[in-house]
Amino acid sequence: MNLRAAPNFRAAPNFRAVWAIYRVEMARAFRTVLQSIISPVISTSLYFVVFGSAIGSRINEIDGIAYGAFIVPGLMMLSLLTQSISNASFAIYFPKFVGSIYELLSAPVSYLEIIIAYVGGAATKSIMLGLIILATAALFVPLRIEHPFWMIAFLVLTAVTFSLFGFIIGIWAKTFEQLQLVPLLIVTPLTFLGGSFYSIHMLPGIWKTVTLFNPVVYLISGFRWSFYGKADVSVGVSLGMTLVFLAICIAIVAWIFKTGYRLRN
Amino acid sequence: MSSIISISGVTKTYATGFKALKEINLDIERGEIFALLGPNGAGKTTLISIVCGIVNRSSGSVTVDGHDIGRDYRAARSLIGLVPQELTIDAFETVWATVNYSRGLFGKAPNKDFVEKVLRDLSLWEKKDSKAITLSGGMKRRLMIAKALSHEPRVLFLDEPTAGVDVELRQDMWAMVRRLREDGVTIILTTHYIEEAEAMADRVGVINKGEIILVEGKAELMRKLGRKQMTLELRAPLSAVPDGLSRYPLELSADGNQLTYTYDNQSDRPGVASLIRDLEAAGVQFRDLDTKNSSLEEIFVSLLRQEP
Repeated sequence: MNLRAAPNFRAAPNFRAVWAIYRVEMARAFRTVLQSIISPVISTSLYFVVFGSAIGSRINEIDGIAYGAFIVPGLMMLSLLTQSISNASFAIYFPKFVGSIYELLSAPVSYLEIIIAYVGGAATKSIMLGLIILATAALFVPLRIEHPFWMIAFLVLTAVTFSLFGFIIGIWAKTFEQLQLVPLLIVTPLTFLGGSFYSIHMLPGIWKTVTLFNPVVYLISGFRWSFYGKADVSVGVSLGMTLVFLAICIAIVAWIFKTGYRLRN
Repeated sequence: MSSIISISGVTKTYATGFKALKEINLDIERGEIFALLGPNGAGKTTLISIVCGIVNRSSGSVTVDGHDIGRDYRAARSLIGLVPQELTIDAFETVWATVNYSRGLFGKAPNKDFVEKVLRDLSLWEKKDSKAITLSGGMKRRLMIAKALSHEPRVLFLDEPTAGVDVELRQDMWAMVRRLREDGVTIILTTHYIEEAEAMADRVGVINKGEIILVEGKAELMRKLGRKQMTLELRAPLSAVPDGLSRYPLELSADGNQLTYTYDNQSDRPGVASLIRDLEAAGVQFRDLDTKNSSLEEIFVSLLRQEP
C-alpha cells in the first residue's frame, strides 16, 4: 500500500503546466481590463481628489511629507492587498465552482507548481496594478522614492503573501458569499485602520498600542519608509512581520495540499 | 494481454462516513474498450476520479502502465485523458485557447498541427475562435473530448459520454471511440445504458453499491442480462392466449388488450418474426407494437436477487 509514500520528486517538473496556467490567468486580466485595471485607477483618482485635494489641503504635512504624497504608499497597499486576495481567491474558486478544476487535479502537476502558477499570476496582476496606481499618483502629487529596491521588495513580498492568503480563502470558500466575507469583514477594515491615511502617532492614547496588533500597520509603515524614509515602526519589524505572515500562509497551504482539504475529498 | 490499469483493494469512505467503494479489484487490459455499468450512485464516478487523481482513495493501490498513481503520479496521470460527465469548461476561453491550455497542463510541448487535427476530427475547427459559452451542448461535449485528447493520452476515460446527447452525436462519438481504439488507446466508459455497452464494449464490469459484482466479456454478459420485451396492442381483446401460440411465453393483460412477449437477445427461443407470423396464423390482429430493452435497474434487481 503506497498511500503515504512520498511522491517521486525525481520526475521532471512540469514547467509547461505552470506557464499554461499563468498565461490563462494573465489573459483573464486583459480580457476583463475594465474591471481589473481601469476601475482601480478610477477609484485611486477619486481618493486623490477627495483626500488629497479637498481634505488634504486642510491637513498639515505629516512627518514633513505633504498629505497627498503621504497617502500614496497606503493607497497602493490598499489596492495591492485587496486585489491580490481577490485575484487569487477567484482564480482557484471559479474552477471549483464550475467544476473545471477536475482537469487541474487530474494533470501531472505538483502542488508547488499549482501554487507558483496561480499565486504568480495573481501577484503579477496586483504588482502591475500597484505600479499603475503609482503612475496615476505621480500625476497628482510630487513623489520621491528613497529606497527603490526596498519599495519593489515590499511590493513583491506583499503581493505574493496576500495572493497566497487569497488562494487559501479560495480553497476554503464553499460559496461566493464566503469568498467575499474575509476581504470585506477583515481585510478592508484592517487596511483602512492600518495607517493608509494617517500616521499612527496621530492616534490618541491606547489606540496607539491597539493598532500595533493590526498586521497591515507594519506593511504600510515599511512601504512608506521605502518612499520617504519615515516609518511608524522600525523597518526591520515591518519586514519581519511580513515574512511571518508569509510563513503562516505557506504553512497553511502546505497543510491543505498534504490533506487534500476541500480539493481531493 | 497485459493490463494497463491495475486496481487492487481500493476503498473510499467519504468524510460523511458514506462508503462509496468497498474493496475494488479490477484490471483493465491494454487496448480494450471497457464499459463500467451501474446505476446512479453505484460508485462509477468515484472509481474513475480515484484513478485520475481527482479524489484521494482511503486505501488500496492503483497503477497505470506500471506507474503507481501516488508515488509516480506524473507518469501515471500524463497517460490518462478524462472526459467528465458534467460540461465544465471555462466559458470565456476560446476553443483554441482552452485545448492548447489542456495540452500545456499535461506537460506536452505545443503542437499546433496536432491540436488542429483533434479539432478537425471532432468537427470543432470552424469554431476554434469561438468562446466556449457560445457553443451548443453537443459542441461543448466535443470540446471536453478535445481537451482530454489534446495531450495524446494512452488511456481515455469517458464518464457517461452520451448522457443527454442526441442520436447523431452519439453515433459520432461511438465512431470516434472505435477510431481511438484502432490507434491503440484503451478506453474506459461508464454508462447506465446497457445499449451503449452493447454497441461499444469488449468487456463489461458491473458495479453496484460500491462493489464490482461481475466482470465479463460483452457476449456472455448480453446473454445473461440482455432481455427484451415486445408489447402488442390488440385490435380486439382476447380472453386467453390462443393455443397455437403456446410455445411462446406470452402474458395477457388483465383487460385482454395487450400481449407481452419477453425474450433474450441471443437466446435460442423463437424470434419476434416467427411470433408475428404465428399471430397472423392464429388470427390475432394488432394495432401497434412496441419493443423495449429491460432497464439496467430491472436487471440489477434480478442480478442482486441471484446473490446469496
